[in-house]
Amino acid sequence: MSPHILATTIGRIVRQLRHDRRTVALIIVVPLLLLTLLYFMFDEQPLLFDKIALIMLGIFPFIIMFLITSIAMLRERTSGTLERLFTTPVGKLDLLFGYGIAFGLVATLQAAVASALAYWLFDLDTAGSLWLVIVIAVANAVLGVALGLLCSAFARTEFQAVQFMPVVAIPQILLCGLFVARDSMAGWLHAISDVLPLSYSVEALTEVGAHADPTGTMWRDLGIVIGAIILALALGAATLRRRTA
Amino acid sequence: METAIEVTDLVINRGKREVLHGFTCTIPRGSITGLLGPSGSGKTTLMRAVVGVQLVKSGRVTVLGEPAGSVPLRRKIGYLTQAPSVYDDLTVRENARYFASLYGLGAADADAALDGVGLSGAAHQLVGNLSGGQRSRASLACAIVGRPEVLVLDEPTVGQDPVLRDELWAQFRALAADGATILVSSHVMDEANRCDRLLLIRDGYLIGDDTPAAIKVTAGTDDLDEAFLRIIRQQEKAAA
Repeated sequence: MSPHILATTIGRIVRQLRHDRRTVALIIVVPLLLLTLLYFMFDEQPLLFDKIALIMLGIFPFIIMFLITSIAMLRERTSGTLERLFTTPVGKLDLLFGYGIAFGLVATLQAAVASALAYWLFDLDTAGSLWLVIVIAVANAVLGVALGLLCSAFARTEFQAVQFMPVVAIPQILLCGLFVARDSMAGWLHAISDVLPLSYSVEALTEVGAHADPTGTMWRDLGIVIGAIILALALGAATLRRRTA
Repeated sequence: METAIEVTDLVINRGKREVLHGFTCTIPRGSITGLLGPSGSGKTTLMRAVVGVQLVKSGRVTVLGEPAGSVPLRRKIGYLTQAPSVYDDLTVRENARYFASLYGLGAADADAALDGVGLSGAAHQLVGNLSGGQRSRASLACAIVGRPEVLVLDEPTVGQDPVLRDELWAQFRALAADGATILVSSHVMDEANRCDRLLLIRDGYLIGDDTPAAIKVTAGTDDLDEAFLRIIRQQEKAAA
């Protein structure tokens, strides 16, 4: 890995995205529209809005970054650019961290804009700090990037790649405690939710919602999410092969 | 003459099929070597092995004295894939600059590479909006931008008009004169005549390895197409 190649790769990925204005607009605007929808849905129940909107601030970046990354990486594989990059001094980690950091920056922007709307226009109320919400949202986005990089290895076409979104995201959303409290789930479901990283980021967000100061549980959960990111990136690195058949 | 690329007993499978069956050849430094053969004969597979992205079953590929694909070679090799491998959603210049930066080179080098392939005028266009011929030249610019010592070009002139093709060959010739070793695949015999040496490959076997002139003399014809055909027939007769 080289700092220079990493920096230039991040720049290249951000530039690619910048040329695709519609995608940038969708990344920023879609979460705002969905938050607006939630706001009017729970017009009469501000407490429920606080709970759900807070969790959604973590889930949107996860889903969107997962999708964008898996398609971007699939393109890199199918267009031949990956093969060519592997004949140059680029290292696997330059690529993996390049994508992680580039899309992480985009996710920071997305989370900041969405949180700003939720807090200032829709009066989202959390006991803890807005900054922690953004940090957890960005960690979730990077988790989405890492899983997207990994899953792109198992798709040969863009059609297949988008199908991984429901496979990876929906079970995590169903079991993260948003619909049914994890403690009241059947034992085996609870066990599954225990190994899904989104369960921990949702718990971390809930902690921020309920406590003025960051709690030990929140830090532990954030640590677990970061561990999941590292694990997914390591597995992703294993799927990147310089030599192929 | 010094050897740049040495391939020894190379066996490669793609899928269940054996594509190269104990392929052996040497390529001299500072020359243009043409790799000629019909589609599916193993040209691309051999080139992938030389640049170090091909899984090899057995045998050895040595480039500039190092095993193919080893770390020090990655600064010295330029590879043009058959299908243009550039980023559609970047401009021509952004592509060239990115690949230049991987070798620690700057904007001036990127612009020089674009100039070399006649794309300066399209530098600000997105690659996705270019014509097929322009796209492959953009891809070529990214292969030569690092001033590689070994340049592997998989059908670099497909879809180019005759004038441009002539200019590109002049560019290859200039690079070789500066000491670069160029391995170029083609199935256009007119281009084969411009090479210093030719490797004729068919069904994964090397069936000819000589200068274009010598190949024509051996086959007893002035036409390379016809020479290739006669060599194939002779080999088939010998095998039968």
